[in-house]
Amino acid sequence: MSQKQYWKGIGQLQNPAAENEVADEFNESLPFDLSGNLLDATTPRRDFLKFLGFSTAAATLAASCEMPVRKVIPYAIKPEDIVPGVPNYYASTFADGGDYAPIVVKTRDGRPIKIEGNELSTITGGGTSARIQASVLNLYDKTRQRFPAAEGKEVTFDALDRQIKEALAGNTAPAYILTSTILSPTTKDVIAKFIAKYPSAKHVTYDPVSYSGMLLANEASYGKRALPSYHFDKAKTIVSLGADFLGTWLSPVEFSWQYSKGRNISARNTEMSKHYHIESNHTITGAAADERATCKPSEMGAVVVALYNAITTGAAPATGSAKLKAMITQAAADLKKGNGLVVCGSNDVHVQTVVNAINSAIGADGTTINRAVTSNYKQGIDGDMMMLVDAMNNGQVGALFIHGLNPVYEYFDSKKFEAGLAKVPVTVSFADRMDETAQKCKFIVPDHHFLESWGDAEPKSGYYSLMQPAIAPLFKTRAFQDSLLIWAGETTTYGDYWQSYWTGKLGSQENFDRALQNGVIEPAAMPMGGGSFAGNLAAATAAIQATQGAAVEVMVYEKVSIGYGGAWSNNPWLQEMPDPITRATWDNYACMSPVLAKKMDAELTALNEVVPEKRVVSIKINDTEIKLPVMVVPGMHNEVVAVALGYGRDEKVGRAAAKTGQNAYPLISSNGTTFNAYSATATVTKTDTVHAIAQVQTHASYEGRPILHEFTLEEFKKDPNALLNERAAEINKYAALPWEKDAEHHGGAHEGAEAGHDTHAAAAAGHAVAAASAVPDEEGFRKNGTLYPDYEHLGIHWGMSIDTNSCTGCGACVIACQAENNISVVGKTHVIQSHEMHWLRIDRYFAGKVEDPDSIQTIFQPMLCQHCDNAPCENVCPVSATNHSSEGINQMAYNRCIGTKYCANNCPYKVRHFNWMDWNGADCFDDNLYEDYRRDDINDDLTRMVLNPDVTVRSRGVMEKCSFCVQRLQDAKLTAKKEGRPVKDGEARTACQQACASGCIVFGNVNDPESKISKIRKEEQKERTFYVLEQIHTLPNINYLSKVRNTDLVNAAGVEKGHETIFPNDDFSQRPHA
Amino acid sequence: MIRRFAQRAFIFFSVLLINSTAIAQPDGKALFTSNCASCHHPVKKSTGPALQGVDGRVPSKEWLHKWVRNSAGMIASGDEYAQKIYNEYNKTAMTAFPNLTDEEIDAIVGYVNSYKAPTTAVPAGGGATAPKEDNTWLYGVLTGILFLLGVILWRVNSGLRRAAHQKEGIPTEDEIPLYRNKVVIALTCIVVFIFCGYWIVNGAIEMGRQQNYQPEQPIFYSHKVHAGINQVNCLYCHAGAEKSRQAMIPSANVCMNCHMQINEYTSEETHPLYTAEGVKVNGTEEIKKLYDYAGWDEKTGTYKRKPNGEIDSRPIPWTKIHNLADHVYFNHSQHVAVGKVQCQQCHGDIQNMDEVYQFSPLSMGWCINCHRQTKVQFESNNYYSIFEKYHKELKSGEREGVTVEDIGGLECQRCHY
Repeated sequence: MSQKQYWKGIGQLQNPAAENEVADEFNESLPFDLSGNLLDATTPRRDFLKFLGFSTAAATLAASCEMPVRKVIPYAIKPEDIVPGVPNYYASTFADGGDYAPIVVKTRDGRPIKIEGNELSTITGGGTSARIQASVLNLYDKTRQRFPAAEGKEVTFDALDRQIKEALAGNTAPAYILTSTILSPTTKDVIAKFIAKYPSAKHVTYDPVSYSGMLLANEASYGKRALPSYHFDKAKTIVSLGADFLGTWLSPVEFSWQYSKGRNISARNTEMSKHYHIESNHTITGAAADERATCKPSEMGAVVVALYNAITTGAAPATGSAKLKAMITQAAADLKKGNGLVVCGSNDVHVQTVVNAINSAIGADGTTINRAVTSNYKQGIDGDMMMLVDAMNNGQVGALFIHGLNPVYEYFDSKKFEAGLAKVPVTVSFADRMDETAQKCKFIVPDHHFLESWGDAEPKSGYYSLMQPAIAPLFKTRAFQDSLLIWAGETTTYGDYWQSYWTGKLGSQENFDRALQNGVIEPAAMPMGGGSFAGNLAAATAAIQATQGAAVEVMVYEKVSIGYGGAWSNNPWLQEMPDPITRATWDNYACMSPVLAKKMDAELTALNEVVPEKRVVSIKINDTEIKLPVMVVPGMHNEVVAVALGYGRDEKVGRAAAKTGQNAYPLISSNGTTFNAYSATATVTKTDTVHAIAQVQTHASYEGRPILHEFTLEEFKKDPNALLNERAAEINKYAALPWEKDAEHHGGAHEGAEAGHDTHAAAAAGHAVAAASAVPDEEGFRKNGTLYPDYEHLGIHWGMSIDTNSCTGCGACVIACQAENNISVVGKTHVIQSHEMHWLRIDRYFAGKVEDPDSIQTIFQPMLCQHCDNAPCENVCPVSATNHSSEGINQMAYNRCIGTKYCANNCPYKVRHFNWMDWNGADCFDDNLYEDYRRDDINDDLTRMVLNPDVTVRSRGVMEKCSFCVQRLQDAKLTAKKEGRPVKDGEARTACQQACASGCIVFGNVNDPESKISKIRKEEQKERTFYVLEQIHTLPNINYLSKVRNTDLVNAAGVEKGHETIFPNDDFSQRPHA
Repeated sequence: MIRRFAQRAFIFFSVLLINSTAIAQPDGKALFTSNCASCHHPVKKSTGPALQGVDGRVPSKEWLHKWVRNSAGMIASGDEYAQKIYNEYNKTAMTAFPNLTDEEIDAIVGYVNSYKAPTTAVPAGGGATAPKEDNTWLYGVLTGILFLLGVILWRVNSGLRRAAHQKEGIPTEDEIPLYRNKVVIALTCIVVFIFCGYWIVNGAIEMGRQQNYQPEQPIFYSHKVHAGINQVNCLYCHAGAEKSRQAMIPSANVCMNCHMQINEYTSEETHPLYTAEGVKVNGTEEIKKLYDYAGWDEKTGTYKRKPNGEIDSRPIPWTKIHNLADHVYFNHSQHVAVGKVQCQQCHGDIQNMDEVYQFSPLSMGWCINCHRQTKVQFESNNYYSIFEKYHKELKSGEREGVTVEDIGGLECQRCHY
């Protein structure tokens, strides 16, 4: 059988032997010298005995102390709606700049501990992203500004208000309110009130990652400066030109949800959208795409024009690689079939004008693009910001109020902004911390965290979402709106204004209460509308043709985790979340294709992913130099360097953010109207230094076993049963035992038993048998494939299904799991040592030719404890700390674990994580806490408030792993018991399942034939169902659904046919015995 | 210890007495306990009037029925007697019980009328019934004497033998002193090893367990006075036991629901209060401590307030008695609401404790034993309908019942996660 080759990194592809470096589970040598005579060793027996004696004595001393006297302190006056121990949920809104999601906040005993998506929203459908999940940790950020300050000293609000009012009254030059995109209609009203009081005041909106090219192009093309609503669910052909719409572009949660609807296929419904993706770097949207090609950022305009021409005139494209040209032609043909959608990530007005022309030409307006309902996610106009900076430098700004922005860090020409800021007499920052800008401002009036605020959002015209506080303000902060109202001389508070606004708008108190409870206010049906294109295409095309490129272009991008920076930079969960593509943590770096890295002489060897030390390159632009390590990313364009934003923060932003990576904002360039997210003038040179990066992909090895199944859509349509038959051929051999020749003994109970009648025949002609019985005889395999007894699962048997087709790798599940299960952050040093603790990781595999970025296909596989019914880890535990429950859960009893790590060694999926250090101060010994002066704020008393009180905080020396969120399952069961009914399907949900925006995780009771999970496995998706490493008879309770790519181009090396079983090129026999 | 024993004996008899009188109207008693007892006493004035003979006092039976179901409505309607009662009791509104039927109200009235206060035959301070004679010490002393006698006889015997041998000129071995006798040394070692080992292992197992832990509390709160004598329902204060993981220690405002009216301890005669050390406690003073925490101004009959209008109260820092290790998840509602376990099963005779102590060891073995023996509410709770096999077995008579163990109640992750 020809094999599609999947590889974790180029090391594995080109020199499998190098992978031996990571064959050991833990990438470090033991701290003893075991060579030669034991007595001559540096750690001889006597030392061992000394240590043994000391630790025994210490343990005795520590343990023999008396039980402490504990207090139990009830409320003085218990709030009526709080029952200690029972969580309350409040509907609210996540809004960060223009990033938006309606959410439900889980509070325990008055403190928010978890954020879920609001399923009543028709925009997001209850999805979340990694950042939304992690936002609860920002609330408890130790570095938050705790009081209002003037010139760095704490002042009272009264004194501060007096000073600012006086300054405003005496001002001759106009005041400016500089904000990021504001979704809140009431906040806009408040700003209007302020401007009414000070008529010369102006409001400037600016976004660190700008979409003003699109806004201006839409204004020119359709007469309205607004972004439309996209409908990826209605699109049959999606062409994305550098728009990472599943990861970072505009509204990824919304788009992931829509996109997954077009990707959810089964043997009975093979309708699938076709997704073409052209980009410069490698994003998760590129990984999800069916066809992917690359171009330089400066060439994006030319590609857009070529696509336009291919659609309108049928002209053959002349830009880019052969694959790119072929793709444009093919995409043009598909787009013309109707229901097409073209999106583009460029911030160039001209490029976006041509994109509008394309969408107009293919009739997307009114079908997949809705211009009747605008998206308000981004409203910033770069030109306004440039004018403001000029005005500041000319001394024409009397006062500057900065909200939601940090221009000293985020503005590309930060020196100019800083110089201007010094000339403004009154500067006020509403930042939540002493960030780069707040430090330079005269006043800091910290705004509440969004979980402490009243508020609202209008993400789309006519769609509203309310924000309510889930906790009283932790510090002496004040709502931004309240400050403006006070300075405008208003007497109402924002809370009152907000309430009367919404009570008035909704008609009655009752409606208001209901809206507050539901969180969202939405029209019954979305009005649909197109527009007629009236842009100046000729001018746009001419401008695009004049675009200058460079031999090597440096672009910036947003990471799924850190985004534009802001408070996210100091979020340890997000810092330690592996980037979906690079799988690196705690750093930013210069991403390069293997070819470019070779040119840069980055010592590109087969050990690239294994050795943390990476060659540092220097990127110079104007007079700024940033030094970053090289990260080799297959699938990047060969002449592009990509650097993530949000790193290189000031020390006062927080310990996790400081000294981590470099600031990439200076790489943004201005074209006079808008900012381009790339620079064609930067130079990249090699330096002599190296820098260690904590990358996790090569941690844990599958030892070359097949773990993934992928088909092309064509292959799947032709033979949907290929995988089923393959499994049946293997499994049905076990339908009956050799001595159970007589079918009556065994068969009848399950289908396919007849295949086992004659085991000789079955063994002789596996495929023939498979054809005879399409359904794998799982029962027979379960029973007969092992020497161990088969245990009954009475009542409930939990199971999970993960669809690799709709998984985008976004990592929301990883952070949701971390938040739900109190998973430790270990810090960069220990990630390098393979000590990361994530219970759920998303493995990323490449396929294709290393040197050809257009051939790279990338696949994600969420990997967590498979809860094997015949688990290899359970048999080897000497103390039975890990064992199986009657509900099919592989249980882990921490208090029983003695830390032998046998289970981790014996786990074929490598999902067990050992607590090498006391990450959280959970040890009974004092002062044992691990500190690296970077991740440590996670253990602050304030930050600990985020811990889930239903889950044990693990101490040093114990193993841990996914528990299927057993606390949630127990809670669902208890609720059902109290109501005297069985658990309903969908009632017990795991944190990862709930967080997933694409809905690729299904969880439920397999024993219930009506449950979604049973139906998926037995009916709806039986053709795509497979179990990882099923052949070793671990009987996992997690199944995966095979990946189906809507492509007929076969890129992967050595592949002639569509579906292949994938053996990573990792020759097991060549390994030395560890 | 002896005092507690005496108290228990006393309570046992008095409960027996109450039960024997109440047994004729079980319905009325239960209704009274769950609905009325937190504010009313049959023969004593508390938040509300003493209820004995209430049917004779009120204008009519129908009036009483209406009043119980909607007292506020009657006061508002200007009913003369209703107004009088309302004013007499500091204008404290009585909770409406719209769900009580006429028969149920009559049953309650029947119960309170038949109620007799427990006899006060037992003198204060306890010690009425002496503890049962314990003869163990006698046996111990006897054994000791016999052992000593044996040793003396053995010594006398060997001394005499040596004397006899000397007389007869038979050479005798030098006598090895007892402390150098190898057999004695070996035996002593083994005995010491066994005893010390037992002591260490037992100590290690017991580590962190606090059975019989009875700390001093900031307020001398007597469960006996509240739950025992005045029969306040456990769930009135520990409302979380049915809903939540935690049973909930009531907040001071819950105490104040009753103690706004009850400002002195009036049962000094019948039930004087003593700490475990035997120190006399002034109940009224303890109520004053509560007022201090709750911010209640007894003189004005109002709450003290902070400048911002909030009640000036502080939480009461109780000392926690029942401590489970952090890696144990215990849910009260699972046991109380689903398992229908009585509070007393784990917390002991709580209605007879003046000062609470930890009754059960709260060890894992103790939990497991109960899970092994206790049968779940298998037939009555439809949740268990999914265990079809057990239902079949029950029907066919193969099985007598389903224990917690049978449905996985001994698995690690039922309690550890």
